[in-house]
Amino acid sequence: MPEPIGREITFAQAIREALAEEMRRDPRVFILGEDVAEAGTPFKVLTGLVEEFGKDRVIDTPISEAGITGLALGAAMTGLRPVVDIMFGDFITLTADQMVNQAAKIHYMSGGKWSAPMVLRTTLGASRRSGAQHSQSLHVWFSHIPGLQVVVPSTPYDAKGLLKTAIRDDNPVAFFEDKMMYRLKGPVPEEDYTIPFGVADIKRTGSDVTLVATSSMVQVALEAANMLEAIGLQAEVIDPRTTSPLDEQALIESAKKTSRAIVIDEGYRRYGVTAEIASVIADGAFYYLDAPVKRIGAMDVPIPFSPPLEDATVPNERMVFEMAKTLCGKA
Amino acid sequence: MTKTTKKTTRESPVDVEQWLHVYQQVVKIREFEEKANELYINALMPGLAHLYIGEEAVAVGVCEALRRDDYITSTHRGHGHCLAKGAAVDRMFAELLGKEAGYCRGKGGSMHIADPQSGNLGANAIVGGSAGIATGAAFSAKRLGQGQVAVCFFGEGALGQGLLYEEMNLAQLWLLPVVFVCENNFYNEYTHYRETTAGELTARAQAFGILTEEVDGQDVRVVYATAERLIERARRGEGPAFLLCNTYRYRGHHVGDIDRAYYRSKQEEQEWVTARDPLKILSEWLTEEGLTDQAVLDSIRTEVKTQIEAGVKFALEAPYPAVSEVDEDVYA
Repeated sequence: MPEPIGREITFAQAIREALAEEMRRDPRVFILGEDVAEAGTPFKVLTGLVEEFGKDRVIDTPISEAGITGLALGAAMTGLRPVVDIMFGDFITLTADQMVNQAAKIHYMSGGKWSAPMVLRTTLGASRRSGAQHSQSLHVWFSHIPGLQVVVPSTPYDAKGLLKTAIRDDNPVAFFEDKMMYRLKGPVPEEDYTIPFGVADIKRTGSDVTLVATSSMVQVALEAANMLEAIGLQAEVIDPRTTSPLDEQALIESAKKTSRAIVIDEGYRRYGVTAEIASVIADGAFYYLDAPVKRIGAMDVPIPFSPPLEDATVPNERMVFEMAKTLCGKA
Repeated sequence: MTKTTKKTTRESPVDVEQWLHVYQQVVKIREFEEKANELYINALMPGLAHLYIGEEAVAVGVCEALRRDDYITSTHRGHGHCLAKGAAVDRMFAELLGKEAGYCRGKGGSMHIADPQSGNLGANAIVGGSAGIATGAAFSAKRLGQGQVAVCFFGEGALGQGLLYEEMNLAQLWLLPVVFVCENNFYNEYTHYRETTAGELTARAQAFGILTEEVDGQDVRVVYATAERLIERARRGEGPAFLLCNTYRYRGHHVGDIDRAYYRSKQEEQEWVTARDPLKILSEWLTEEGLTDQAVLDSIRTEVKTQIEAGVKFALEAPYPAVSEVDEDVYA
């Protein structure tokens, strides 16, 4: 993490800047998706891009997630660098064949001859009272597939640097943005920078317990860390930033240092990101652990609409605090 | 293709060299597939193969109208498309056998042959799965101004897949240079298409306002003439087209599909083989019009057979990839 710099921008601005700068740098880059041009997406993340780059590079499409993802793949294989906008992460199910059976495999299946430099940007995260089909965090689905890379940024700084890396990468990348974070502000330098995939970032150092967290769960973990500090416990918060590739070594090292680890991710808990990471830590830090590696994910139910019900399904800082306290023998 | 010898038939001037090349291509696919079947029967080929025998005129007719740098996407029944677009027999066989010398270093196999040098974006084992890739390649061709056209080959079974309609909509909306070539071989695997497909096949493309043609897919002359018109129209920027080619799969869905009586009769199969064989139609035309004689055709066939034998020998003798290659090329 660099020293904080004077300028602070929102997560949405960071995404927009990354896209604009990459489109200025490389004429092959273009955006396509539903309501990406004048509308700038329902989240207004892309506002202003069509004015600068025109409708040939910020392209409104029909409501055809599979169709535009497939078209992007063909364009990527033949000389362009598309960035597909899939409005809600729940809709990646509609892109699944194109991502999983096509984009992820074309390089391997062709013996390394074709490649697919494309980015699929989409969202994750509940709490917007959007119901069961607009609230899921399905990033683990793509993390499961060899050939894909999956990015889950937690800050404006990471979002910008990782998105630039994604656009410059020669492989398909799925980039998940928590829609509740678009207004989150943070320091972002003016100058060009990129962040490599597969490099975790320690968001807060500590010695008593490791909190591994992804995307907006990093903010939850940081809040919990503040609460823990108040009772004399120092939590380390570490953010893998990409679930594929996964910086296994950094996670293991942190757990070795603190001897305790909790993994927090907003995807469903069952067979989730938390399961994979907990397994990595249990394997790699076994002789250093003083407690089993614990996991907190979304509750294994379809995300309900009713606000008190929805809130009960999402990990929060209180849950993390309580679990860490217990794990450290302070219950 | 060299344009040297011109002769005249009742219809029009004919480029004999070109048609002898077409004949050679049709024969090459026929012989390749017979050999693939033999390899399978003799347990020399791992996995399966979906043979293209009977449908050769479609791939050859369409690919004859394409430039080398034009794109194709192919299907699980793709050997014919790959060969017609310019793949070499030896490296094709090597891929079928999973050898390092294959087009995909043995990682693709029969259903995934891809070759950038001949514009082959890849054969695809998901029915209809390549419609996006072909349409996206057409998008690039238009955007980059390289004048290429993309052809998306698929069987009538793909008409059941939603992706195809999303891509046809995008192609017509944006006037992309893509030609959708539907090979109607009558059977979605083991089921007659009439049991799976409502309405008229051509109506599905026409609904998007896409220029649609239906041809006898057993007559390579008609396929070529129509494909060339649609491809050049697309190249001029006038938009996509849909070409329905009625054809017939002589063999089973795959090499192991031997007993077919429960879904089609031997009599039906025999009628196509005797009356509608693409190789026969072409060779009869060439000889009856006096464009060439049987001896020339026989010598082409002998040459092709020699090439096939050499290709198989090459593939059988070629080494498998080293096991250490298994995790190479997962990422670029």
